[in-house]
Amino acid sequence: MSFADLFRFSARGLTGHGLRTALSLLGVTIGVAAVVILTALGEGARRYVIDQFASLGTNILIVVPGKTETTGTVGAGGVPNDLTLYDAQAIQRSVPAAYRLAPISMGTEQVAFGERRRQVAILGTTHQYKEARQLEMLRGEFLPEEEMFRGSSVVVLGPKLARELFTGAEPVGQIVRVGGWRMRVIGVLAKQGVKMGMDFDDLAMIPVSTGLHMFNRSSLFRILIQTRSHSDLELVKDSVTALLTERHNEEDISVITQDAVLSTFTAILGALTLVVGAIAAISLTVAGIGIMNVMLVSVSERTREVGLLKALGVRRAQIISVFLTEAALISTMGGLLGLAAGWGTVRLLVKLYPVFPASPPPWAVWAALAVSVGVGVTFGLLPARRASRLDPVMALAGR
Amino acid sequence: MADSPAIIRLQDISRTFQVGDEQVHALVAVNEEIRAGEHVAIMGPSGSGKSTLLNILGCLDRPSSGSYHLNGQEVAYLDDAALTDVRRHQIGFVFQFFHLVHRLTAAENVELPMIFAGLPRSQRRQRVATALEAVELEPRARHLPDQLSGGERQRVALARATIMQPEILLADEPTGNLDSKSGSTVLDLLERMNREGLTLIVVTHNLKVAQRADRILLLVDGRIQRRVAPGEMGDILALLTEEGEG
Repeated sequence: MSFADLFRFSARGLTGHGLRTALSLLGVTIGVAAVVILTALGEGARRYVIDQFASLGTNILIVVPGKTETTGTVGAGGVPNDLTLYDAQAIQRSVPAAYRLAPISMGTEQVAFGERRRQVAILGTTHQYKEARQLEMLRGEFLPEEEMFRGSSVVVLGPKLARELFTGAEPVGQIVRVGGWRMRVIGVLAKQGVKMGMDFDDLAMIPVSTGLHMFNRSSLFRILIQTRSHSDLELVKDSVTALLTERHNEEDISVITQDAVLSTFTAILGALTLVVGAIAAISLTVAGIGIMNVMLVSVSERTREVGLLKALGVRRAQIISVFLTEAALISTMGGLLGLAAGWGTVRLLVKLYPVFPASPPPWAVWAALAVSVGVGVTFGLLPARRASRLDPVMALAGR
Repeated sequence: MADSPAIIRLQDISRTFQVGDEQVHALVAVNEEIRAGEHVAIMGPSGSGKSTLLNILGCLDRPSSGSYHLNGQEVAYLDDAALTDVRRHQIGFVFQFFHLVHRLTAAENVELPMIFAGLPRSQRRQRVATALEAVELEPRARHLPDQLSGGERQRVALARATIMQPEILLADEPTGNLDSKSGSTVLDLLERMNREGLTLIVVTHNLKVAQRADRILLLVDGRIQRRVAPGEMGDILALLTEEGEG
């Protein structure tokens, strides 16, 4: 029996029961499409995070007050020392590999121009922040190059904040009130979007020491350090830790490298993709059981036909291959349709949300297709064997 | 006919079925010889073992004991695969309910055995055309079984049963589901094939069908009660009403 003949005969078996075939086809299609879409989302999330980190600048170290490993024991030594501008200055002086350094103070204040006011995040820092975080200016200047202790009364606005306050008028050179402070607008940031959970479009940036005074804080929020090269990161991390431990008489700060955060995220999201893929694989298995069900129904419905085939001298192996081919046809076609549907959905998603780089990883595509075909054949085997083992006399009588 | 060799030789064929705790003796020590080219009818009341005998003759079932020589080969205890091959090449079946595959056209139904036997397409086409012509159904070749009358369906089945050129054709109540006119058309075709050399064994309830045979085997309670010539029909009738149906 040639393959073409087998294929034709099996295809006739499927088209003879259009609705049933279509439904089990749908099951496989949804299963495969689910694998493609879900893994694409997982992969998209991973890429999104990586892109976000990349856009924050590279070779970045962040010094934060407090030891992240110890969760605050109440009592002696529980409260960390302040992370001060003097600490920042000390790092700048004695750790030359710390190429750029930007101390940061954070708070929330009202920014007002005339009658218009808006409550936004205020980020106090120095001019080096711009390069370290790769910020672009829409107009005017970023914070001036000055001593970090000197807090002049200037402010840089996020583009959204500027738009809301000035509604089209030129903000640069105008005086706004930040909290109770009168400050001169010296620049407006270009649109950056949300980075690391911070909306750079809707904030105001001021000199770091101005910020500390304004928020009445003694401790910095954190210190941002950029090294020249990736290989300097560990060195700087160790030097900074040693220096600050010495200055504070205890190790009460943490130095976080972006790499560590990134690799954690990547690991989490990689696991997420796997989990999501596994869930999708379950739906494929369900589709497989659907195929098995359909094939079992098909076999019992076609008992007489199987009996006839036996009477005509059709061999067991041939009967198995007829039913197996039907199952494989359903699952292969369902797999291809599922790929098309999944791919189309992902393309549509990317079109609607261009920032989210959803794309199914190639392994997932091949796995989905292979699993769907495998599922069809595996779950088709039981019904096919059952058909081939029917007793011809019984089968002819429809029992 | 009498001098042609025995194509079928049954010796002490018994078939026992286990039904629950009970043993049912469907056939008990059947001995029979059928010669090549013979036309034999098997009659008997319901439950007399006619179908069991036909299934064993057709290699669809195996006897519990005894010996069955088909064309000189002992087939009683062949395994499944070997029996399948015997059916494929030596035996054709015609059933009461036609057993056509209803999603396939008349021509495709006739082609079916050749597909699984792996005959090349050109040869299949040619044989289908000849076979449909022989049963006078060429114009209906592309019709689905549902579009055919009962008589036409049985003629398609007949073309299919003989397409592999078997030596023996087994017919189980071939006219049981047909009106008398299409029934006699089918019987005419069967007779013609028999005259052309096909060994024909017909199981039937119908005396008119049986009367066309060279001889009739009367089966009662799993035994061959009588072997009669068509001339002795009166006896058969008496036996059937006496022992059967009750």
